[in-house]
Amino acid sequence: MGYPHPSHPRETPILSKYFGDAEARTLEGWRARGGYEALQKALFTDPQELQTIVKDSGLRGRGGAGFPTGMKWSFMKPDGKTHYLCCNADESEPGTFKDREIMRWTPHGLVEGVALAAHAIYAQTAYIYIRGEFTEPYARVTAAVEEAYAAGILGANAMGSGKQVDVHVHRGAGAYICGEETALMNSLEGRRGNPRIKPPFPAVAGLFGKPTTINNVETLTTVPYIIKNGAEWYKQFGRPDNPKSIGTKLFSVCGNITRPGNYEVALGFPFKDFLYDLCGGPLPGREIKAVIPGGSSVPILTREEAEGAIMDYEGMVAAGTMLGSGGAIVFDDRQCMVRQIARLTRFYAHESCAQCSQCREGTAWITRIMERIRDGEGTAEDLDTLVSIADGMSGKTICVLSDSCATPVMSGLKKFRHEFEAKIAANPAMVTVPGALRASAA
Amino acid sequence: MSHGPSASGGALVAAPPHGHHHDEPHEPVFVGEARTQLDTILSRYPTKQAALLPALWMLQDARGWVSDKGIEEIAALLAITPAYIKGVVSFYTMYHQHPVGRHFIQVCTTTPCNVCGAEDVVKSFLEHTGCGDLGLTSADGRFTVIEVECLGACGFATPVMINNDFIESVTPESVPRILAELK
Ligand SMILES: Cc1cc2nc3c(=O)[nH]c(=O)nc-3n(C[C@H](O)[C@H](O)[C@H](O)COP(=O)(O)O)c2cc1C
Ligand code: SF4
Ligand code: FES
Repeated sequence: MGYPHPSHPRETPILSKYFGDAEARTLEGWRARGGYEALQKALFTDPQELQTIVKDSGLRGRGGAGFPTGMKWSFMKPDGKTHYLCCNADESEPGTFKDREIMRWTPHGLVEGVALAAHAIYAQTAYIYIRGEFTEPYARVTAAVEEAYAAGILGANAMGSGKQVDVHVHRGAGAYICGEETALMNSLEGRRGNPRIKPPFPAVAGLFGKPTTINNVETLTTVPYIIKNGAEWYKQFGRPDNPKSIGTKLFSVCGNITRPGNYEVALGFPFKDFLYDLCGGPLPGREIKAVIPGGSSVPILTREEAEGAIMDYEGMVAAGTMLGSGGAIVFDDRQCMVRQIARLTRFYAHESCAQCSQCREGTAWITRIMERIRDGEGTAEDLDTLVSIADGMSGKTICVLSDSCATPVMSGLKKFRHEFEAKIAANPAMVTVPGALRASAA
Repeated sequence: MSHGPSASGGALVAAPPHGHHHDEPHEPVFVGEARTQLDTILSRYPTKQAALLPALWMLQDARGWVSDKGIEEIAALLAITPAYIKGVVSFYTMYHQHPVGRHFIQVCTTTPCNVCGAEDVVKSFLEHTGCGDLGLTSADGRFTVIEVECLGACGFATPVMINNDFIESVTPESVPRILAELK
């Protein structure tokens, strides 16, 4: 059962199979659906072996960067040190709302994945960091953790294995940047959510200074299925000609589309079929104009580009963008791209942690210019200024939030330059308005 | 966190209301059951400081906002300075640094919701609550309306949070009915 729509025959529901099924939320219901069998098996398996199975499965992180999960786990050695597992449930990327549904409908699936991963990386303690706004997911996951403790699934002798596995839920308080892994760790430690300079990487010195693995909700929820059914089983999902993108993925779709929601498909699915067949295409009488396919921080595609894209890590790169977190934002022919890109840069300006000057100043400056153009007060020079600011923001900061703000501006200017120019041409009187940039250009 | 320019000219965070709330009398929050609850939370982390965000949530739940006196209480319990705590509090948008309306209304207006008409939902809330502008509290103390960045529910545009409740697919037309259900 999909949620909020019935599952489409072309979907491959593994993670989303029980979305909308209230019984799956309880321990009893989850067990009746085969839940916790993988954990039971895993707790009696050597962590090294678990790491190998996940490596062989080809699973890549679903939080946005697509880093191979098994390889990330393999950095965690049996060195006798305290290790931590962190589950990133901060989901704040505009356009992405898949982890929310996992937590709302299958909280035990997440708890199982977290406990399993903790054992696999030689950790006794795991934290699930949930964004503050997610009150219902927080309540569901907390209830699942309590049920799991009461049933002896978690705790000092988890499932009779003799292993200590503790899982704690931690609530954020409103800050997009806390989804960045090192910012998340600072936030969990009771600090401002400022990203840390890497190295050291979390696997060396992470949470509380100890070796730490941090994984996304979707990534961790997938793991029990792989342990239960094996790496070979998981490999059947994907394009035969692309062994680098394996498995199913939850895609969120929002904006100007007939059936917004979450859809789970095998990687390699044609984006055109996805948009028109599964998601019902544009609203009646409208046309799709542009799509940001992977959460707001990846390059924008025109309709033509989107229609030719393949939904996997490499397919999206070939289309000139990225798979990211898998949240597609659809714009139809009524939308002014300048207005919407301006709104996006304002988001990043608001969410910058302000540590790096390029990001702190750049996000605010870009937003001022974008809003000026949006309001018909832009100048021709503004376009060049935007490019040079965006250029100064990319690849020069502690984390990539700065790049994420520059991306929609750069790709917007490349693909929808005529809309920017039309906004500027609409108000030629503005050429006479004095301003620092005009003055220096004169 | 820096606060970017706002398209509608309104503040993105609640503005300080009138009155001298800093002088208000303070009943300790972390006593009895709450103290036991905090001790349980503390047992989950290797440092006391890690309990800061949970403690601030407890304070806000009890008092409606994060008051100076409450911060001093937390500072003593977690052995961190009040100034440090204030620096942390101001980083996060969900902690109220000033009292707010009884119903704190957050409307998402980030791009995905915006393309579905979120700005009209904001207008409707401002109109029907009598708040006047974003961040201000209505004269009867019932409402404060703010714009919020992506609530993580973009497919259910426009999502609105009222205190801890999440309402999906809000339209300008549905606003009066939603408000009527609030006390
Ligand atoms: C600004 C920023 C925000 C991020 N937000 C999230 C997020 O909300 N959820 C998430 O899982 N990963 C987010 N990430 C990615 C994480 O840093 C990290 O790569 C991910 O949690 C790793 O998990 P995975 O390997 O399972 O994908 C963000 C990264 C950046 C730079
Ligand atoms: S790039 Fe921006 S958000 Fe990232 S650390 Fe620097 S200032 Fe903070
Ligand atoms: S943009 Fe409104 S919930 Fe994400």
